[in-house]
Amino acid sequence: MNNIVILPIIIPLIMGMILVIFRKSIQFQRWMSLIAIAAVGSTSIYLMTQIKGHGMQTLQLGGWQAPFGVSMVADMFAVLLLATTSFVALCCLIYAFGSIGRERESYYFYPMFLFLLTGINGSFLTGDIFNLFVCFEVMLISSYVLLSLGGTKIQLRESIKYVLVNIISSFLFLLAVAYLYAMTGTLNLAHLSVRIAEVGQDGLMTTVAILFLIVFSLKAALFLFFWLPGSYSAPPTAVAAVFAALLTKVGMYAIFRMFTLVFYHEPQVTHLIIGILGGLTMVLGAFGAIAYWDIKKILAYNVIVGVGLIMSGLAAFTSTAITGSIYYLIHDIIIKALIFLLGGTMIHLTGTSNLKDMSGLIRTHPYVGWMFFIAALSLAGIPPLSGFIGKVLITKGTFEASYFWLGGIGLLTSLLVLYSVMKIFMNGFWGETLLSEDMEKGTTKGLMFPMGCLLAATVALGFGAEGIHEYVSMAAEGLLRPELYIEAVLGRNPMP
Amino acid sequence: MKKPNDIILHAVTKVAVPIILAFSFHLFFSGHHNPGGGFIGGLAIASALTLLFLAFDIETVRANIGVDFKVVAAIGVLLAVLTGVGSFFFDASFLSHTFDYFNLPIFGKTELATAVLFDVGVALAVIGTSVTTILSISEDR
Repeated sequence: MNNIVILPIIIPLIMGMILVIFRKSIQFQRWMSLIAIAAVGSTSIYLMTQIKGHGMQTLQLGGWQAPFGVSMVADMFAVLLLATTSFVALCCLIYAFGSIGRERESYYFYPMFLFLLTGINGSFLTGDIFNLFVCFEVMLISSYVLLSLGGTKIQLRESIKYVLVNIISSFLFLLAVAYLYAMTGTLNLAHLSVRIAEVGQDGLMTTVAILFLIVFSLKAALFLFFWLPGSYSAPPTAVAAVFAALLTKVGMYAIFRMFTLVFYHEPQVTHLIIGILGGLTMVLGAFGAIAYWDIKKILAYNVIVGVGLIMSGLAAFTSTAITGSIYYLIHDIIIKALIFLLGGTMIHLTGTSNLKDMSGLIRTHPYVGWMFFIAALSLAGIPPLSGFIGKVLITKGTFEASYFWLGGIGLLTSLLVLYSVMKIFMNGFWGETLLSEDMEKGTTKGLMFPMGCLLAATVALGFGAEGIHEYVSMAAEGLLRPELYIEAVLGRNPMP
Repeated sequence: MKKPNDIILHAVTKVAVPIILAFSFHLFFSGHHNPGGGFIGGLAIASALTLLFLAFDIETVRANIGVDFKVVAAIGVLLAVLTGVGSFFFDASFLSHTFDYFNLPIFGKTELATAVLFDVGVALAVIGTSVTTILSISEDR
């Protein structure tokens, strides 16, 4: 029992509720949300040290023994994502201070931001499949509000699509949970793993597994990404960056959890399907990224390419590949936030998102330009930046598992990704300067600091990859050895 | 606009609302061992409030019940979560609850449970959200 496990969920929840009560004082809201997210970040780092020393930390809510109660489980994989999430959320929050606008701030922007984090952190920490559904809903409902808050025409149009898609996928999620419960009689992830290992993963169980895969693919934008480019280009920059950095990652986390802990017995079916979907996602995403001339669209398609790459690590299902996926997942959270913020800043300055209408920004904004350049290299996986190590390990893992085609697609799409972001760089920053400083639509005042932090993080992660290797390999070990998770949750008690 | 003649509705509401409220309190407290509880009790209270909003207009009721129901919901959730946090100080799992028997004047031997505090939070959250939902729909014409 370790009550600290619940803190990353309840700190943003409590703070969000307090901020609902004190709606009028904007300064108070800003500071308090900053403090809350920083507190979550430090809690997750503390949890990380605990897990390193004493293994996975668990909490049985209300003291009800697993599998009867709801378990919360903090393993290294979840906590690494938790820490990265808090860092990125902090940066996006600071960016929002300078860009989101008073109107949105006074209509519950900060509480919704915190509730979004409640849902995300809950999804990472929960050890119960129904609880995972609830945390997904908390996250999704907050994201509906954040997406539509402000009520511009494009936001409302995209919100309708986004809400519809997600309601359908939530319905399928519930259906899949019901099937699973009917077949195994339990909802606790560790207990599910035990039961399925006992009776074997037969055809019916694999079908349910694929239903789960469809559900999470909709959330993670794995192949079923038709909704993503539209809805991620509608909200204001800070919100779009949080969505791009975090929301698909939660879906991916759920796929990782389900297909390493519960449905790991038939990798030649399920993991091959994940691999094929991952490959298709990368190819289609890269096509989208090079096809468009709209910054927002290009960046949104880059999110999709990242999803495909991370999933091919899971498809390979070797120790190297999973380690690579975790590295890349951490990198992807940071770099997607950074590149969305940078792209948003360019749009903020020029007042347009069409690349053909902007040019020569480097003369007036050299820092933004060079930051974009470094971020673009990191996104494509150029050493020594943070994307490199993950990409290498994933590629190596896919080759080890003889999925040469998958590794090949990964490398090929990296080039297309590099082309797509370099297109933004060359068109946006090079060439004749069209706008003089007083003709610009906005300033970068207050926006540089959070982007600088994220940039420093991607550089540090690239150079310090060795430093966190111990943690990442521990996370990979936790994923590859389900018995560790099961023992942490159920203990050595006789199985009911 | 001609004022509608809804004297029957007014008269019935004045009698019915206290009865509904009393019944919802009964539901709320019986929930500890029998069917009922914070969620259902909260919904019943919200239904009494909705009846008031229907019979009299929103402005009149707002002038008499001067609370923002969004804040009520927030306080409810806060209360519910904070009773869970209380278990931090007793080295128990989050959301653990306890109860004991006390000899109270008038009531005699009574079971007092910390779960009731949690339930109060649930009830407030339900009242807050349901009334807010109904009010925002009714304002939208």
